[in-house]
Amino acid sequence: MNQEAILSEEFEISGGDFVNGGRASCLIKNILKEIGIDAEILRRVAIAAYEAEMNVVMYARRGIMKLVLTPKRIIIKVEDEGPGIHDIELAMQPGYSTATPEMREMGFGAGMGLPNIKKNSDKFNIESTVGKGTNLEIIINLNNKNV
Amino acid sequence: MKLSELKELLKAKELTNHISLNVEIRSVIASDLMSDVLHSGVPADLLLTGLANNQVVRTCDIAGIKAILFVRGKVPPGETIKLAEECTIPLLVCEHSMFEACGIIYSKGLKPLE
Ligand SMILES: Nc1ncnc2c1ncn2[C@@H]1O[C@H](COP(=O)(O)OP(=O)(O)O)[C@@H](O)[C@H]1O
Ligand SMILES: [Mg+2]
Repeated sequence: MNQEAILSEEFEISGGDFVNGGRASCLIKNILKEIGIDAEILRRVAIAAYEAEMNVVMYARRGIMKLVLTPKRIIIKVEDEGPGIHDIELAMQPGYSTATPEMREMGFGAGMGLPNIKKNSDKFNIESTVGKGTNLEIIINLNNKNV
Repeated sequence: MKLSELKELLKAKELTNHISLNVEIRSVIASDLMSDVLHSGVPADLLLTGLANNQVVRTCDIAGIKAILFVRGKVPPGETIKLAEECTIPLLVCEHSMFEACGIIYSKGLKPLE
């Protein structure tokens, strides 16, 4: 990163914890709201972060979500320890899901998470190592009118 | 329509304490799929759902949805109600099925998202 971070925060995510799942994303949303980030940008960041967080809750053992705010963009990094993704191209397809029936009963497993993260990002990177884990980088640009 | 009027219309019960029902409801989404709720470009004002867990509240907080109505008498656990109070999202529950509740609300002129 060649830009100075105005703000940098880290949150832990526990795999399988549906009670607290989504907490990190809600905290990030509240932090950015307080700073006065534009509502539409805020919504895109919150949705992308939440879908990424819930994937860690559903599929991985544990993870970390990092928020970095620079004068020009918001960067969310989600790094997990888990099974990783065999076929990223397939996982990115709308409707593809390996969610269990229990997860579906809780309202997840539509297979729209990763596509929706991409849709809400200006730049989206995903890297995964099978048996190790998955890293996501979500970048959302601020308009000049912001900061 | 105000959420308080909608509550009367559906004979709904209020689950949250001290969260104002003086909320203007213009658009509604009905779904049990949280990713569907998160997929729309603009937030609805109200979510109708048959799912009653923490993730429903989180999803609405994230998506900017102002209120939740549970159908078929589904009451979420106490921790979910507490979470909604923390997020200032009012929770209501009615006995109507999803289909009936949607029909009643629709007939009053409330609109889905475009
Ligand atoms: N962090 C992750 N670790 C392992 N697998 C993942 C992860 N995120 C996504 N996946 C895989 O990619 C699939 C598609 O993810 P997504 O688009 O979010 O849809 P859904 O979560 O509804 O299944 C998941 O079903 C899962 O198999
Ligand atoms: Mg997902």
